[in-house]
Amino acid sequence: MSASMTRRKAVNAVMMTLSTGAAVLGLVVLALILMHLLVRGAGALNLAVFTQDTPSPNAAGGLRNAIVGSLMMSAIAVAIGTPIGILAGTYMAEYGRFAKLSKVIRFVNDILLSAPSIIVGLFVYQLLVVSFGHFSGLAGSVALAILVIPIVVRTTEDMLLLVPDQLREAGLAMGWPRWIVIRQIAYKAAMSGIMTGVLLAVARISGETAPLLFTALSNNFFSLNMTQPMSSLPITIFQFALSPYQNWQDLAWAGALLITIAVLALSIIARLVTSRKEKS
Amino acid sequence: MDTEIRERSPISFQGIDPSPKARISIRNLEFFYGQTRALKGIDLDLPENQVTAFIGPSGCGKSTLLRILNRMYDLYPNQRATGEVLLDGQNILEKGTDLNRLRTKVGMVFQKPTPFPMTIHENIAFGLRLMGVAKSEMDGRVEAALRGAALWDEVKDKLTASGQSLSGGQQQRLCIARTIAVEPEVILLDEPASALDPISTGKIEETIHQLKEQFTIAIVTHNMQQASRVSDRTAFMYLGELIEEGETAQIFTRPRNEQTSDYITGRFG
Repeated sequence: MSASMTRRKAVNAVMMTLSTGAAVLGLVVLALILMHLLVRGAGALNLAVFTQDTPSPNAAGGLRNAIVGSLMMSAIAVAIGTPIGILAGTYMAEYGRFAKLSKVIRFVNDILLSAPSIIVGLFVYQLLVVSFGHFSGLAGSVALAILVIPIVVRTTEDMLLLVPDQLREAGLAMGWPRWIVIRQIAYKAAMSGIMTGVLLAVARISGETAPLLFTALSNNFFSLNMTQPMSSLPITIFQFALSPYQNWQDLAWAGALLITIAVLALSIIARLVTSRKEKS
Repeated sequence: MDTEIRERSPISFQGIDPSPKARISIRNLEFFYGQTRALKGIDLDLPENQVTAFIGPSGCGKSTLLRILNRMYDLYPNQRATGEVLLDGQNILEKGTDLNRLRTKVGMVFQKPTPFPMTIHENIAFGLRLMGVAKSEMDGRVEAALRGAALWDEVKDKLTASGQSLSGGQQQRLCIARTIAVEPEVILLDEPASALDPISTGKIEETIHQLKEQFTIAIVTHNMQQASRVSDRTAFMYLGELIEEGETAQIFTRPRNEQTSDYITGRFG
């Protein structure tokens, strides 16, 4: 009895040490990356990063065109992807819950969710870049939107399925049409979860490089024209980090820090939105 | 069954207790979950301005029957009903039935309180607005509904609070309030008090008493005392069949059927 107890305690101690160790290891690696990024990035961060465009090697400059390009392409990607994603998720969780089509969509969506982003880039290259004959910011947006859609579809469906059926039945029992029940009851109850999904999707695409390589390409000059090649932070980081020039490398660090801060901020906002909703 | 003939025949009771007009008439109703027959040849009238209680052991089909009366089962695949359910002379089981209109005529309150994620006021006003009730009338209609459900005094100072912030019993009365606000003809209550404490249950039962002046009510309950307290008529169901139906006092004191008698005396179920 007591011997087995001792053994159980020993096993417990070993398991706890191993799990704690693994957790600490993961955190240390993350902390090292963040610290390195912070030290190198913060040193390169200044006002010029936001006000000047990408420079020639060994000249002064900033990342303005890349930041604006990234913001524009992400915004359009979200504007295209979110409505499609939410509507598709709504179909699967509400109108077509028992339909075969929903199963097919769910299967395809899961594949899309884990598809390597470079394949999405190649697809849009073939679809838009080849047929229009040139790279463009719009093609970049479409590629990013294709990454947004599966994430939003998935979270929308999951969140709507969490809304108890009793609540839906109660709305329908009032004689309300289906779309009103969805809008007034299901969406209201699931909104914070759906918004979290959208924010996660934004976080995901803000660092994507591969889909932009074949679509938006890049642009060394400031441009708001979505039909022309457009600069973006990830691609600029990619180019500058690989270059032999010190000023380009510094800007790459600054850009990497900017993306990290943006993603971190989005995660925090997502958390705040969710927790505020839970409290009320 | 001789019960049915006696209760339905207007002749035998003429002059003593004229049978009230049936608001809903159920004729040879059968219900299927896939291949399983859950209701077998149900014939029943729900008389106007009376409370009809459905009792019977779990799985006997009482809730199924209730969910047919507002076509709630339509939401789910592989469920179908045959026979007739006549409301105002219309067979509501017919294909072209406008379900939204049907459900405004036949309201339902569920076992678990289901306040909508809106304010108390809005829980009631939203449905009214959909029906085209003018803004100027709104506050009055909301108050009337809350008074009808005996909830007004408890919530009149916090109408802008969330409906979900109320206690369970209050939430259930809010659900009753929003149901009566749209002035249905029939109200279906599916074990409305089974999740509530005795005091809240008492309030709900008082509310039901007052509501029958205005509405025809069908209530499913597991609680036999509740059935005897709130209802005018009681229907005992067992394994998908309507075993016996009649005036509540008669069912509880002189049941004609042995199964009914066994069930109400607690020998099974």
